[in-house]
Amino acid sequence: MSLEEKVKNIIVDKLGVEPDEVVEEASFVDDLGADSLDLVELIMSMEETFDLEISDEEAEKILKVKDAIEYIKAHT
Amino acid sequence: MDKESQVVVVTGGSQGIGRAIALRFAGQGASVYFCHYDPDDSESKKTEKLLAEAGGQGKGYKVNVADKDEVKAFFKALVQEAGRIDVLVNNAGITKDGFAVRMKEQDWDAVVDINLKGTFFCIQEAARAMMKQKQGRIINISSVVGAMGNPTQANYAASKAGVMGLTKAMAKELASRGILVNAVAPGYINTQMTDILSDEVKQAFIDATPLGKMGEPEDVAAAVEFLASENSRYITGQVLHVNGGMYM
Repeated sequence: MSLEEKVKNIIVDKLGVEPDEVVEEASFVDDLGADSLDLVELIMSMEETFDLEISDEEAEKILKVKDAIEYIKAHT
Repeated sequence: MDKESQVVVVTGGSQGIGRAIALRFAGQGASVYFCHYDPDDSESKKTEKLLAEAGGQGKGYKVNVADKDEVKAFFKALVQEAGRIDVLVNNAGITKDGFAVRMKEQDWDAVVDINLKGTFFCIQEAARAMMKQKQGRIINISSVVGAMGNPTQANYAASKAGVMGLTKAMAKELASRGILVNAVAPGYINTQMTDILSDEVKQAFIDATPLGKMGEPEDVAAAVEFLASENSRYITGQVLHVNGGMYM
């Protein structure tokens, strides 16, 4: 499974959205209906899946699907 | 949720109120994981035996709840083995009494670290698992002293009042994930912790209790069982006082 697919799977699972909604430009809050605790869960799940530690400052910048993919690409 | 497959974690479960709580759940066939920080394993082994006799499965682990790494490792191993956590009972607690003007910093820290910070660490770890399950119950053992105050217990009273605030914050934070968080605040209960009190203080507690006697660990365990059951599914962020009327 590609990195992009893994990230999208996490988002589908955590936010309960349809896979085709998870496009790169989608905003977690505005387009995918995430609340603040959902965002925390997403970050935790990405940390677990990719064995990362994402600081709060960095996490705050992960607003869209593509932000997450780019962050993980740059840090794995 | 089928009670027989319930996974229950009780901190400070080798003796006193914690043991009674562990036994209560074991009696329903739950898998009970309890931790303790006794110098030796004798009470823990005894509790394991009692749990098996009560019809459940029980295992004791030596964990210092005030040590984040130890707590993390304990919950990690537990989730790996049991696969889930249905109920967390934060019961581990100590006293180090003394007048505030003479209280040593380490006695303040020890009590607040175990009673309050330890409760927080365990909630942090259990909540991660419960959020994934989208259900769970967290029951924190506070104390009547956290609501009323008590001379020579500045550290204990502060820690137990802290547990009440923590309970309410966590109840709000986790409600959307189907996790209910409540506290039970025992009054004067017959345990080792209260056995060390002077006869004078014991009598004063009884005199201050409308029901006129001390409570038993089982009285607290019954309240915990209720807050872990389907019957309390619309209750969160509450402090249930089990104190014979000492505080209303």
